[in-house]
Amino acid sequence: MAEIAPLLETRNLTMRFGGVVANDDVNFALEEMELRCLIGPNGAGKSTFFKMLTGQLTPTQGTIRFRTHPIAGNLPHQIARLGIGIKTQIPNVFNGLSVRENVWLAAARAARREASAKRAAAIVDEVLERIRLGGLAEAIVGQLSHGQRQWVEIGTVLAAEPELILLDEPAAGMTDEETARTAEIIREINRTRALIVVEHDMEFIKMIAKKVTVFHQGRIMMEDTVEAVLADSRVRDVYLGKKVAA
Amino acid sequence: MNGPVKLTLQALAILAACVAVAVMPSYVDLFQLMQFTLFCSMAVLALSLGFIWGFGGILSFGQTAFFGLGAYAYAVTAINFQDSTPAILLAVLVPALFALALGYFVFYGRISDVYLGVITLTVTLILFNVFNSTAGDAYAIGSARLGGFNGMPAVPTFNMPFDPSSILFPEQSWYVTGGALIAVYLGLRLLLRSSFGRVAIAVRENETRAALLGYDPRLVKLLVFVVGGGVAGLAGALYVNWGAFVGPTIFALSLSAEIIIWICIGGLGTLIGPIVGCFLIEYLVSQIGTQQAFNANLVLGAILVVFVLLLPKGLVPTVRDLLLAAGRLARERNRRPAGEETHALPGGHPVGAE
Amino acid sequence: MDLAAILALNVVNGAASLFLLCLGLAIIFGMMRIINLAHGEFVMLGAYAAVISANAGVNIFVAMLVVAPLFVGLVGLVVERCLIRFLYGRLVDSMLATWGLSLLIVGLVTTIFGNTMQGVATPFGGFSIGAYRTSWYTLFLLAVALVMLVLIYAILRYTRFGLIARAVMQNPEMAAVLGVSPARIYMATFSLGAAVTGLAGGVLAPVSGITPVMGGAYVAKAFITVVGGGAAIISGTSSASALFGLVNQLGAYLTTPVYGEVVLFLAAIVLIRLLPQGISGRFFKGTI
Repeated sequence: MAEIAPLLETRNLTMRFGGVVANDDVNFALEEMELRCLIGPNGAGKSTFFKMLTGQLTPTQGTIRFRTHPIAGNLPHQIARLGIGIKTQIPNVFNGLSVRENVWLAAARAARREASAKRAAAIVDEVLERIRLGGLAEAIVGQLSHGQRQWVEIGTVLAAEPELILLDEPAAGMTDEETARTAEIIREINRTRALIVVEHDMEFIKMIAKKVTVFHQGRIMMEDTVEAVLADSRVRDVYLGKKVAA
Repeated sequence: MNGPVKLTLQALAILAACVAVAVMPSYVDLFQLMQFTLFCSMAVLALSLGFIWGFGGILSFGQTAFFGLGAYAYAVTAINFQDSTPAILLAVLVPALFALALGYFVFYGRISDVYLGVITLTVTLILFNVFNSTAGDAYAIGSARLGGFNGMPAVPTFNMPFDPSSILFPEQSWYVTGGALIAVYLGLRLLLRSSFGRVAIAVRENETRAALLGYDPRLVKLLVFVVGGGVAGLAGALYVNWGAFVGPTIFALSLSAEIIIWICIGGLGTLIGPIVGCFLIEYLVSQIGTQQAFNANLVLGAILVVFVLLLPKGLVPTVRDLLLAAGRLARERNRRPAGEETHALPGGHPVGAE
Repeated sequence: MDLAAILALNVVNGAASLFLLCLGLAIIFGMMRIINLAHGEFVMLGAYAAVISANAGVNIFVAMLVVAPLFVGLVGLVVERCLIRFLYGRLVDSMLATWGLSLLIVGLVTTIFGNTMQGVATPFGGFSIGAYRTSWYTLFLLAVALVMLVLIYAILRYTRFGLIARAVMQNPEMAAVLGVSPARIYMATFSLGAAVTGLAGGVLAPVSGITPVMGGAYVAKAFITVVGGGAAIISGTSSASALFGLVNQLGAYLTTPVYGEVVLFLAAIVLIRLLPQGISGRFFKGTI
């Protein structure tokens, strides 16, 4: 093939839990440096899709390629080392450790490639600045607010310096101001890295998105620009809970 | 408490412990000194489980497997070489390797919590059965007969390194055992401060997150488990040095239970807690032994039940929290006249930082 | 031929004893996700209840089949009310607390009855297969095990209690919405498990050494069999008992009784490694 290989590509990706099909024949491709939004109602299979991409679930069928590397069924830490970072839906952080320790754990792993403790310390300071938690660096994460813990998790993802960043509902539980800031950070990251963002907040999607993929009942229903997707009647029906093409 | 103050306090505490070990023989009689030597060797065992359970999240119901293997490895080597130097080395190495094999089997098989408990418990029972049935001449390693349920009597005790002719006196054994306890404590403390220690705590805190950051939880847990196995083996050698004897009851479940009780009482997730718990309980058990008014099992069981229900954190963390709260209260009182606001956040303390 | 028959009898006997020993633990673990490490002491209490009442003149079968389960069932009720109910959902704490409880019971029984106890004679006597002698009691144990299997199955499958219990285990919140009190179900389940364990202690009393620490020998075996069997109470426990009973007896026959146990433990470890969900988690999904 003459064209450049995509950064991430899934073919016929399927995940079944007993009789329930959470993902059904998903064919998805993401270019280098692309920013993609995933939308779809609850239970559409977005989180399952993320779990397969990060190795938390082994697909029942199908392949996942990351820069032509087959990764379906690899363990989470192997995939993380290849350069995929994720912020999960519910803040998934080290609650008993301080903010600085949380970020350091991510940075240390990233800096290990360059085998440099100084580098790790530099990344930590930079990230704390970026997520604006420098003042709370020594606070125990479990005692922070939900929104602040979201930021800590975003911080750990940034500090790990992955090639591809997956964000599952990054703006959930944030104030308007924080949401705007999240959007800003996402655009900033996107200058050097690819991202996939799952979000329900349409205003937020409008702030960041170029191309949007719509999940419905475990399948990809459509894939187009923000404007086209938002104008599509099927998408509106799905979100309003009406029967598709009734 | 800020960093430098804390470090100074810790250094002072270590210094005090060293002084206590140094002057102890001039204050107590020989019998008590032997008793303390036993307590210190048990406290090393307490540290081994306190480390893997409190900082690796690995609850082993059979930490005595490594303790017993260390004791037997020491006894067999000491009898064969008539020198304790290689024996102590092997007492650490054999259980560590055994922990490596068992840990590989367990952690890389993704076996978790309850099942880990079952397996460690079962392995201990296997060892007990095997060593119990090694009576007779057929079961000998070199010149060391394993002796079945009678065990191995008259095991050579510690001598000066590489000098088998100078056997240590009880006072010297005390220095070695007390020193070993302090050294193990310091070693584990330093390990926890290292990158590896921080990653280990992260894995215990949230295994999924650690994996998603690229750390292999299986490897981290395995290494923690191996360190714990080696430390328990060292405790085994210290124990044999104390009594010059090892028998299969060293694998008994009651001892495994006792270690868990030490930690529950002293405080999980600390290093000083297991030592405190061990000293308290061992002292209590020895007192019960002399009084004979109560059954030791009865008292231990009651204590464990009461702690799980009413004081699940254990003594050391509870006392520490009380002290911190008192300190905060005192500071707030002092500051209030100046109209200064105190920290908005409750004063947290990083895990394992006491 | 005679040898094969006696060996088969031993295997069946081993499996039946193991099943009886584990059933109570399996009921508690399968339904409540509580590992009762005082299980061995419940067996011991059953044995003591049977022996003491038999020595006091109660008919041996009444002592084994009625007094022992009733007494231990009551003990279970008290334990659940005073201890276990504070520990639901805290697996490790419940293990620690019940381990403490086991020490407590051992200490209590030792204080009251001393270190040994006069046992009771084995009823029935023996019979011969060729050159080998064995006892009718072996067959009695098998019969008790089968009756218990059918009884517990029937309770879970056909009674109102069984239906509610299974519903609570599936989804406690939903059951609470339907007006069922999960607390009462847990209480009843724990007592039932304890009573079944007491019965096992009772019928094993004539063939065991009666000491306060006799439970220690049972708890590990029962523990691994239940975990090896998985969450399904009947199918899991019976299949694991059959497998481990076979392995134990064959191991004992081919080597020595001590190594028979070792072989059993090794088999259990390998099984748990291969099937972390237990036998029933793999082969009998959705059964009880």
